[in-house]
Amino acid sequence: MMTKQPLISFKNVSKIYNNGTVGLKKVNLDIFQGEFVVIVGLSGAGKSTLLRTINKMHNITDGDITINGESITPLKGKKLCKLRSCIGMIFQNFNLVKRSSVLRNVLIGRVGYYPTWKSVLGIFSPEDKKKAATALQRVNLAEKIYARADELSGGQQQRVAIARVFMQNPKIILADEPVASLDPLTTNAIMDDLKNLNREFKMTVIVNLHSVPLALKYADRIIGLRAGELVYDKTITEVSEQDFKTIYQEEGAIR
Amino acid sequence: MNEIPKRTIIQKYHVRGILITVILSLLLIFSSIMTGVDWSEFFSNLGQFFALLGRMANPDWQYLNVVVQPIIETIQMALLGTTIGTAVAIPFAFLAARNLVKSLLVRGVTRFVLNLVRTLPDLLLAALFVAIVGIGPTAGVWTLAIFSFGMISKLFYETVETIEKGPIEALRAAGANKIQIIVFAVIPQVINNFISYFLYTFEINVRASTVLGYLGAGGIGVFLQRSLSSFRYDQTAVIIIAILIVVVIIDSLSNTLRERLL
Repeated sequence: MMTKQPLISFKNVSKIYNNGTVGLKKVNLDIFQGEFVVIVGLSGAGKSTLLRTINKMHNITDGDITINGESITPLKGKKLCKLRSCIGMIFQNFNLVKRSSVLRNVLIGRVGYYPTWKSVLGIFSPEDKKKAATALQRVNLAEKIYARADELSGGQQQRVAIARVFMQNPKIILADEPVASLDPLTTNAIMDDLKNLNREFKMTVIVNLHSVPLALKYADRIIGLRAGELVYDKTITEVSEQDFKTIYQEEGAIR
Repeated sequence: MNEIPKRTIIQKYHVRGILITVILSLLLIFSSIMTGVDWSEFFSNLGQFFALLGRMANPDWQYLNVVVQPIIETIQMALLGTTIGTAVAIPFAFLAARNLVKSLLVRGVTRFVLNLVRTLPDLLLAALFVAIVGIGPTAGVWTLAIFSFGMISKLFYETVETIEKGPIEALRAAGANKIQIIVFAVIPQVINNFISYFLYTFEINVRASTVLGYLGAGGIGVFLQRSLSSFRYDQTAVIIIAILIVVVIIDSLSNTLRERLL
């Protein structure tokens, strides 16, 4: 049988920031369609950098990243916008446009699919408006559709962000510390929302998390980063709790 | 270890503050000597000032009928000038904003042009436009348009630079292009400030345009100059009162609106 082709593939990827900070060091990694991958590691270990190289919010300095076998490194302009429009992203600070309505925030997920003039004039197709309503119903926020985004609580704002991502109809969802500023109850709701997108629509989800228990609860596969290097990569069935000690070891403490 | 450190002599005797005060006072004294400002002259001429006030104390209220039309013209000039200036300033403001335009060259050139425009005083502009398009309100509108352009573009790009960058990142990650980012992430964050600054500039322009007429650029200023040069201080008084009323009304109107907005 032929081996399955990975959806996202990192080949010897390195990233050094302009100020000399090492973001990633020779990372080799294959992520497959439909996986729920959690990336763990200390602050500054390169988790955010890794996530942001996938949609080219950060450019890599060495190596290559392919999505569906196609290299994304040379992408620019329109082609880059097209790539990004099918990769959803969730942020720690939600990044909603606070003074706009919830509906408009959700529709923002769709602008990458519209020609500039149409989106600028606010002409969205009836199907997309219906889809926006469905997206909000999925996260239990249907009644807030005409509210201003800044009237919502943190957890609600993050759920609007999830609805926004759902609008994109993405193949891949990148979530950068999606629950770091939320209470435990809301945290579970948000993680459940992500898990549902993963289960129902086979969307590949990659999440950065600080919390080990959450990683164990939701991940299909856990990846550990330390000082920009990939130090851990196991599917959930193989993971044991002792493993995390090595991931969270201080850099100086490595033998 | 954990002791409060001693202050240096400079800190203890406030040397810096005293030095600055002395230098500023000296500058003030020297500049008054060098420009030949004579204080005794100021006070001895005070009588003339009160005489003038006395002649203005009997306003020629009949003149009000003549004044209404040019006052309205003044407001219209200010409104037109501010609107044209703002419309042209908006694209420049986005080009000059550090968080939107990464290219140092584009930003640098834009800012250089804006700085250049801002150095031109409004009276100079008025004199220039009166020479170009002739005496009349057209010159006034052009003057105010350029004056507001310089002011608005700076106020606007500084506003754009203070916005949250999170929404921009979200739009970028969703595959939006520059224009879509501006429309969906930037404008909602700045629109209230933009309107507030527009009103503020309009307010300033109403005041400025009363003077512009002095140079022949239309509006009430023309009549102000005419009455003064024909020593009809009773008419001058009416004009000043009319301007005062209009400016107070427009100021308080725009202030109320701006408070509602922010």
